[in-house]
Amino acid sequence: MTEASTARVYGLHAAVVAVLFALNFLLPDYHHGLFARILVLATFAMGYNLLFGYAGLLSLGHAMFFAAGLYGSGLAITYLGFGVPAAFIAGLVCGALLALVVGLLALRTSGVAFMIVTMMFAQALLLTIVYFNQWTGGDQGLVLQQASRIVTIGNASVDLTVPTVRYVAALVLFAVVLFATLAIVRSRFGRVLVAIRENEERTRMLGYDTFANKLAAIVLSGVFCAAAGAAYALLFGYVGSNFASVQYSILPLLWVLAGGAATTLGPLIGTLFIYYVTDIASSYTSAWLLIVGVALILLVLFAPKGILGAVRKRWIRWLP
Amino acid sequence: MAFGPHLLLATLEGLVTAAVLALTALGLSLVFGVMRIVNVAHGEFFMLGAVLAWAVATALGTHPALGFVAALIVAPLVVGSVALLSERLVLRRLNYDPEATIVATIGLLYIIQQLALSFYGPEARPVTPPFSYRVLLPWFGYSGYKLSVIAASALLLIATWLVLTRTKIGLVMRATQYDREMAQAFAIPVERVYAGVFALGAMLAATAAVLIVPISQAHYLMGQDPLLLSFIVVIIGGLGSLRGTVVAALLIGLSDGIISMFFSPTLAKLIATLAVAMVLVFRPQGLFGTTAR
Amino acid sequence: MTQPLLTTSGLSRDFGGLRAVDNADFSLMPGEIRAIIGPNGAGKTTFVGLVCGRILPSSGTINFVGADITTLPAYRRVRLGIAYTFQVTSVFANLSAYDNVALSVQRTLTDGRSRGAVRTGAMKALEQVGLADRAGTPAGQLAYGHQRLLEVAMGLALQPRLLILDEPTQGLSDGEIEGFVALIREIARDATVLIIEHNMPVVMQLAHRITVFDVGRIIAEGDPAEIRANAQVQEAYLGAAHG
Repeated sequence: MTEASTARVYGLHAAVVAVLFALNFLLPDYHHGLFARILVLATFAMGYNLLFGYAGLLSLGHAMFFAAGLYGSGLAITYLGFGVPAAFIAGLVCGALLALVVGLLALRTSGVAFMIVTMMFAQALLLTIVYFNQWTGGDQGLVLQQASRIVTIGNASVDLTVPTVRYVAALVLFAVVLFATLAIVRSRFGRVLVAIRENEERTRMLGYDTFANKLAAIVLSGVFCAAAGAAYALLFGYVGSNFASVQYSILPLLWVLAGGAATTLGPLIGTLFIYYVTDIASSYTSAWLLIVGVALILLVLFAPKGILGAVRKRWIRWLP
Repeated sequence: MAFGPHLLLATLEGLVTAAVLALTALGLSLVFGVMRIVNVAHGEFFMLGAVLAWAVATALGTHPALGFVAALIVAPLVVGSVALLSERLVLRRLNYDPEATIVATIGLLYIIQQLALSFYGPEARPVTPPFSYRVLLPWFGYSGYKLSVIAASALLLIATWLVLTRTKIGLVMRATQYDREMAQAFAIPVERVYAGVFALGAMLAATAAVLIVPISQAHYLMGQDPLLLSFIVVIIGGLGSLRGTVVAALLIGLSDGIISMFFSPTLAKLIATLAVAMVLVFRPQGLFGTTAR
Repeated sequence: MTQPLLTTSGLSRDFGGLRAVDNADFSLMPGEIRAIIGPNGAGKTTFVGLVCGRILPSSGTINFVGADITTLPAYRRVRLGIAYTFQVTSVFANLSAYDNVALSVQRTLTDGRSRGAVRTGAMKALEQVGLADRAGTPAGQLAYGHQRLLEVAMGLALQPRLLILDEPTQGLSDGEIEGFVALIREIARDATVLIIEHNMPVVMQLAHRITVFDVGRIIAEGDPAEIRANAQVQEAYLGAAHG
């Protein structure tokens, strides 16, 4: 934790953000759009990584937090006439509240039971969305009108439907969550989370309220994922129940495993890697589920630490 | 129809669901009980059984009863071999680590689902029941085949119970479940027991699927609901308890049948899902089970 | 007369039909080094588990500096000043030795801000056990004896009023044990020490008083000379395989 290593770590992350900003001007249209989406989904993965990678809690229901943000902001715009900033905050609040309630209940269990309970809660949210399809649009979802996705600040107005604006907005969200994650994992709280992952009983016997720390981790993770969900609704204008399905609970796990659990940049690398693999594969075959399945199995068998996990182990020990 | 007969119909439908569910959930429960792993791909073994049943019945194309009997033999065997293969190639190499196996079986789920979609297609296809005798009740006629499903599944459950409690194979399985290392010390081939249990669990699911497919058609996404319901049954019944599994399957099957008949099926599922999550949170050993070690 | 630091009265714990700790009345004065001895399965580890809150009692009460802590969760007891070091070494293997100790230090700091304070406190604890030059090594890569020392350093860094050591010298070489005894003596200047130990020479060297457990009961208590002379203890323990 010397000054030099702090500068090096923050420098690396700032450089990554700078490169992503430069790509805004360099990428061809198709990839530009794909990258904007990937940045939002990588934010989702970072939220998942905080809980899974650092605190060691494997949830199979994180789609519910993404969906909480997605529907929280989408419904607020559609039915309450909220503006973009208020809708975004509504999404965050929904995510935080849901994470708090789920955390209080699910953290009474551990291990396999925790996975199943989180999966069940996510399933319950999905069924709720389908059940109230009069308001949520059910499987069809809701489309947010372009007019409702324009932020007006004073005289200036920012139209989130313009590709460049959308890209930069996604990057801002990504950068904020990236640096927040970095600050958390280098903080004392981050050290306690890792300690809980490594040996919960020992951590308790050092005087830590492990339940409260895990609850805080779930809420933070939920808020990050909800932020990604809310941003998705606002930037891409679509709110649908498939984002609450089991698949969207599995995908962040896959992205994080691929990129490297408990690495700050792993979620970005993993999301990018998997997204492009499926994108390239889907131009040859429609069997992209097969790719995801094979990737999951190969990852747990041969690269349980993911891409950045392997890099950290072999070459760059200081990687956070 | 009056309320009484309506309820009877709902109960019969519920019993059919319960019968198939009990078989499927028993497979999941055995795998969890003995191997201590959660097989997320269990629903896909079920789906594979149904799809294979259609394939076998169509390929033979003779009398429906003949095709059905052939399916009842072939489908579980093929599914069992697939399970055996994935156990050898993947689960064993992960040393049955609970979290890694969950991720791996999720992968397996996607692979099987995609293969079914690619080779079988997105359509739902029916299989002709082996016989079409209708039992005439005073209020309505009821499918004799459905009643025979209940009977067949009851027979299979009793058979499994006998194997588990009365035979050497059952003893070996229970010993492995109780203490893996101790079993190894007594020269029980633990790895072979695990492989056998995993295959047996998949075969139970496949058998259940063959039984249900003349009623509800084969579809590549049909594994999702049995998986979720099996989880629910196994959790409520207590992990690894055969009696609990059957009781819970009856409870879930009947309430699912009755609630879906009178209310929205989505609401029924929603309530069941939340109820189960709460059971797991507040009574992790299940409603009937003794504490899992 | 000074007040005891720790008292237990009528403390019992059943596991199924087995009574692991049976009606233990125990009291410990501040500044003492107390050893708990007894044959395997006598209930020593269960007893200290009850004291530090890893296990909840079936009946009886526990009192720490005048307050009833019987139902207090373990982490709250640690905050009151009861530190426990594990019998099976359970350092955080993937974290550096420094991080292991820093986890203890950062918890005791009330200002919660200064990064420097954590560093100072952690290095001090590592120096005290002689591991300062290993601060950056992942704990899992330390030699076994060093892991045991790190475990003690983690306990020390909590600045406990009562430090409970569960068989700390198990698996250490004679030379290491010698250093260990000196370390415990030094610790005892600031804290009360409760130590479960099988190694009789260590017990006789260190302990001011000794409590003897057998089948869940306290069968004797006294200074080393008294315990050595006690016929019941000899029969239950010293006469047995452990000699």
